[in-house]
Amino acid sequence: MADVQIDLGATVILGKAEFDRLLARLRALGYTTVGPRVQDGAVTYGPVERLSDLPQGYTSEQDAGRYRLVAAGHPRYFDVTPGPHTWKQYLFPPRTTLFTLRRADRGWTTESRDGIAPRFALIGVRGCELEALHVQDRVFLREDQIDPIYRERRRRLFILAVNCLRPGGTCFCASMGTGPRVGGGFDLALTELDEVFLVEIGSEVGRTLMADLAWESASAFLQHAAAQGCERAARQMGRTVHVEGLPEMVMERLEHPRWSEVGKRCLSCGSCTLVCPTCFCWDTQDHSAVKCDQTRRDRVWDSCFNPSYSYQAGGNTRPNVRSRYRQWLAHKVGAWKGQFDTLGCVGCGRCITWCPAGIDITEEIAALQQEVRS
Amino acid sequence: MRVGATPSGARRAAVDRDALLAPFWAEITGIQREAEGISTYWLRFEDAALRDAYGFAPGQFNMVYLPGYGEAAISISSDPAEPGRIGHTIRFVGNVTRAVSRLKVGDVVGLRGPFGTAWPMKEAKGNDVIISAGGIGLAPLRPAIHHIVRCRADYGKVTLLYGARTPKDLLYTTEFDAWRKADIQVNVTVDRADESWQGQVGVVPLLFYRFRMEAQRSVVLSCGPEIMLRFVVFESRARRVPSDRIYLSLERNMKCGQGFCGHCQLGAHFICKHGPVFRFDDLEPYFDVEEY
Repeated sequence: MADVQIDLGATVILGKAEFDRLLARLRALGYTTVGPRVQDGAVTYGPVERLSDLPQGYTSEQDAGRYRLVAAGHPRYFDVTPGPHTWKQYLFPPRTTLFTLRRADRGWTTESRDGIAPRFALIGVRGCELEALHVQDRVFLREDQIDPIYRERRRRLFILAVNCLRPGGTCFCASMGTGPRVGGGFDLALTELDEVFLVEIGSEVGRTLMADLAWESASAFLQHAAAQGCERAARQMGRTVHVEGLPEMVMERLEHPRWSEVGKRCLSCGSCTLVCPTCFCWDTQDHSAVKCDQTRRDRVWDSCFNPSYSYQAGGNTRPNVRSRYRQWLAHKVGAWKGQFDTLGCVGCGRCITWCPAGIDITEEIAALQQEVRS
Repeated sequence: MRVGATPSGARRAAVDRDALLAPFWAEITGIQREAEGISTYWLRFEDAALRDAYGFAPGQFNMVYLPGYGEAAISISSDPAEPGRIGHTIRFVGNVTRAVSRLKVGDVVGLRGPFGTAWPMKEAKGNDVIISAGGIGLAPLRPAIHHIVRCRADYGKVTLLYGARTPKDLLYTTEFDAWRKADIQVNVTVDRADESWQGQVGVVPLLFYRFRMEAQRSVVLSCGPEIMLRFVVFESRARRVPSDRIYLSLERNMKCGQGFCGHCQLGAHFICKHGPVFRFDDLEPYFDVEEY
């Protein structure tokens, strides 16, 4: 098909057998291709080199505090909704070295970090996840302040998005307006049918990549079927949230009795912040050599549920779990709006699935929305 | 560190350097014991160009770094008119500050800054100024006092209300006479007196009962323990001082100083960036929310 021009914004058919060539082409361009794989009974993100690395035939059962990977036996590769990993690990790594210091005659000499950022191609980014990436763009690429680590990785990023046809039990992207169909900001967006992939061209890089592959034009019928699939998925959401006026509501109800109630169930383990695709808090750590002639300063993910998070001279600002849960939720769907003009929640449902106490953010929001009469 | 106009490439490198928390090095040129467990460290940037470029406003802070121990946010307590000589009054209370207590003159520490908002010295012009401080809360207010002494004619009646736990915990006592000479009314109180103490006993907010203030032409600046701030606000409001004439400096755990790491959030504010000095009306929605 090399003689026919492929247009930006067009949707074409790609045979599943061609997918390996797509990945190979990405790698030839210097990308590390990362995507969903089955690992330890869950779907995690890691290097994928060919289609067979993907979790073909799996679905997942997800509910509050529950995750089971189920081999359903169907032929599809992208049917299983995300597990505990998020793509943020590739842009905002869990641990990065900021600099290393070596003791000099007097004081210290600074060795800066290695300047060249890795080039990642994310394979299988869902609508909610793509939106989470856009939320983190607002956090890390502000007008007045830019994180160079994030910027360099983001600049080199390739995004192969995927339209979600079978949402999981804890999903509520339809409520948050982030899915199941992917919004803009991808290089390629894929819809998986049993036999073939439909691929929407979202960028010049994506167009160039596709040009060499054996694509075919997609009939209106197939495109309609894909769109219908997304609409059906939107009706199958496991959870819903009423988002109108949500930030204002939460910020006005910081003394709602529900905070104490959920504070009794929350274990303050921080799992929700680790699996959240938008949580951005980080801490610094010094790692010193035994001889004390060298120290490495690392940036690591932190969580507002850690006691050390709000520790300062004179004690902890939030000694009670109630206050920590309130900080997390009131930030996520309240104060975040004032900071970044968007909500910090995209409705992916991970915090519900991976909470060992089964705390459900949609249920907590609904409880806060109940007017308290005294 | 914002250093004037530089070419965009160099500027970007400088901005990146800041975002990656790379410290600048400063030598300890003097250590002055202030009270039990509290000393002032005088610092001087090793880099001469940086020394010339550096400036700060009263109320701002630096991140002080000790390799291997970490960083602590410490307010600048010296005269803003002499920014080449940076003073930090430090209480030895945490991991980093206890390590600082073992340093000697000639040792080198990392320094990033200045960060945060400043006391409203310009807005307060022509007004009476009430400075109320508790314990080490006087440290971030001392640059404001320096400024007032220097530009005394710009301000009306100036009153310092200062308290500490015991007479031994009072800071900068040797400077009180100079401040009084500059027509600043210095009222001092202690929670617990000892045999040498001739002055007031009681908490700082009680000092509000010892002078008359004209609410509509007064500006209140306060720093101290959160419980003290609550009562300073209460007493100010009781005297009809509007919220937009009350300024408080808050403390929170801070790691980056740039509104990035998330630790110091209070509602939508990052205290390290939108504070530490806040006009009270910006804090009002959160001020009475317990543990928020």
